[in-house]
Amino acid sequence: MNIVIAPILLPLVFLVVFVFIKNTRVGSPLAILGFGLQFILSVYLFYQILNLKIMVLQVGGWQAPFGITLVIDQLSAVMLLVSNLIAFSVAVYSISFVDKYMVASRFYAFFFSLVLGVNGAFITGDAFNLYVWFEVILLSSFVLITMGRSKDQLEGGIKYMTLNLMGSLFFLAGLGLLYGKTGTLNMAHLAQIVRVNPEAGLLNSSAVLFFIAFGIKAALFPLHFWLPASYHTPNVTVTALFAGLLTKVGVYALFRFFTLFIIHDREFWFLFLSLIAVFTMLVGGLAASIFYEMRRILSYHVISQIGYMLMGLVVFTPLGIAGGVYFMIHNMIAKTNTFLISGLVKKVNGTYDLHQTGGLLKSHPVLAVLYIIPALALAGFPPFSGFFAKFTLIKSGYEDAHYWLTSVAVLTSLLTLYSMIKIWNKAFLREAPSPNEGFSCVKLKIDELLPSAILGIGSIVLGLGAPFFIDYLSEMAVNMIHPHNYIQAVMGDLENLTLLKP
Amino acid sequence: MNSRILNIAQKYLKILFVVFGVLILLRGHNYPGGGFIGGLLASLAYVFQGLLKGADKQASKSVSNGLYLGLGLSLILLSVLPGFFMGNAMQGIWWDFSVGGWDLKVGSPFLFDVGVFCVVIGVSQLFFYSLSRY
Repeated sequence: MNIVIAPILLPLVFLVVFVFIKNTRVGSPLAILGFGLQFILSVYLFYQILNLKIMVLQVGGWQAPFGITLVIDQLSAVMLLVSNLIAFSVAVYSISFVDKYMVASRFYAFFFSLVLGVNGAFITGDAFNLYVWFEVILLSSFVLITMGRSKDQLEGGIKYMTLNLMGSLFFLAGLGLLYGKTGTLNMAHLAQIVRVNPEAGLLNSSAVLFFIAFGIKAALFPLHFWLPASYHTPNVTVTALFAGLLTKVGVYALFRFFTLFIIHDREFWFLFLSLIAVFTMLVGGLAASIFYEMRRILSYHVISQIGYMLMGLVVFTPLGIAGGVYFMIHNMIAKTNTFLISGLVKKVNGTYDLHQTGGLLKSHPVLAVLYIIPALALAGFPPFSGFFAKFTLIKSGYEDAHYWLTSVAVLTSLLTLYSMIKIWNKAFLREAPSPNEGFSCVKLKIDELLPSAILGIGSIVLGLGAPFFIDYLSEMAVNMIHPHNYIQAVMGDLENLTLLKP
Repeated sequence: MNSRILNIAQKYLKILFVVFGVLILLRGHNYPGGGFIGGLLASLAYVFQGLLKGADKQASKSVSNGLYLGLGLSLILLSVLPGFFMGNAMQGIWWDFSVGGWDLKVGSPFLFDVGVFCVVIGVSQLFFYSLSRY
């Protein structure tokens, strides 16, 4: 099963290559080739997982609780697929939006190392290894934010770095306590211990620390401040990449930990998480409605949508988990796409400020079509992915009698629609307030429109293929709630190791 | 800095640092030591040179092009590959040689150590020169 490590090795190969290559002419095509290969690899892995359900690699031949285990299960496979699709389309987008100075400062090397970290976080089966991948992501994203060397980028970057380092600190502290209590950090082994040991409630101290750490990473309500402070500063390519990948890694970690081994005290944890989910949805949605800078609106939207994903975890029925993950992949695609469009609007109108934009429907109808697909998908209109994601979530919440949570989710949907319509009206529908000759005749090239088109097709495929995806995700959700297959696949026959530490 | 004593001492210290770094690197397989600490020691040689000649002159092309960094990362990547094709990925694969009565055991983890050694030299120089420029 050596293929399991390939999503880590492939970006590493390109990372090494891009330490040496610093010019745009060779760099851009090579980067597209690299991300294309990675996308093909992730499609292949997804196809394998459809039959095999789970693939395990004991790295270096060390058996499970002693060595590091890499696991691709159904959740990892689908996350890999979507994140590599996003990385590929952002790489195509970067041809026009990343200048030669950024390439000379090794933009693509850090791009690959970010994707290396994200892939690693998705496939690791070891809690400490997950921490290491978080650090890889954090370091490379800090460099990517501050790459333009402007003052506000440095400010945003330092806010981002400081708050996320705090998150890492909490994560590490939680891991230390967990290791002291159980004597293992292998997730499958932890899951096994928690399911047989009556004293599992003692893990609560670690659970709180993990919640804070992942809450910061995922930008949950009281811990979300770094995101709107930093996301509007960097190059739009970087913002689009971050919006698609960064916070979702935090949500992925929450899903992994809270289904696999933090499963005790469910009454407390799920009441607590549902409150957090409600506030995250509302605060993000309301804050987005008062801004007129496109990237700020979209950044607050990232936060608001995290609440929906958390809602899936709160409901904790197979349908709820499936809906949460479905919403996550839908949101990664559509959100990245809206950020890409905002960069194109900036290119045509010269600004992100919605007070000064306008007239794009007449001058660039293709761009308008490309915008309306992710916008309607995010708002939740039927043929697109968002409808099925929200429908699944709201249905599961209603069936499980989470009436408050469900009604807030419906309300937030309206707020999303309001913001999307605001951008549509101000940038596309109305006449430009002051016809700016220099900008309005900008022709968009095919390589600028192509990434949005790819992601738009992704949203449509995800929507039209909903029966397939819901089936796949429901099976995944059952396997996540009852992780016997996962434990069996990782731990093998070492059942006598259950109580490593008395 | 213009100190004659340091200037003369530096010539000998440089060799000492590098040799000692490599020794620590080789010893690291079974005893305390290894690529990281050895790399730190070896990079001291360059740091001393930089202190004497001034960071701007010393910031050689090999550093700014990331030669050490790239070389080290490539070696680390190479060390993964034997295991990838001959067993579990990242597994240590050992080859026995006997050269003139000496029994040498060379394994893929050694490549990894050398890779770390090079990366540490590259990165510490990068830190040192970019910090001393401001």
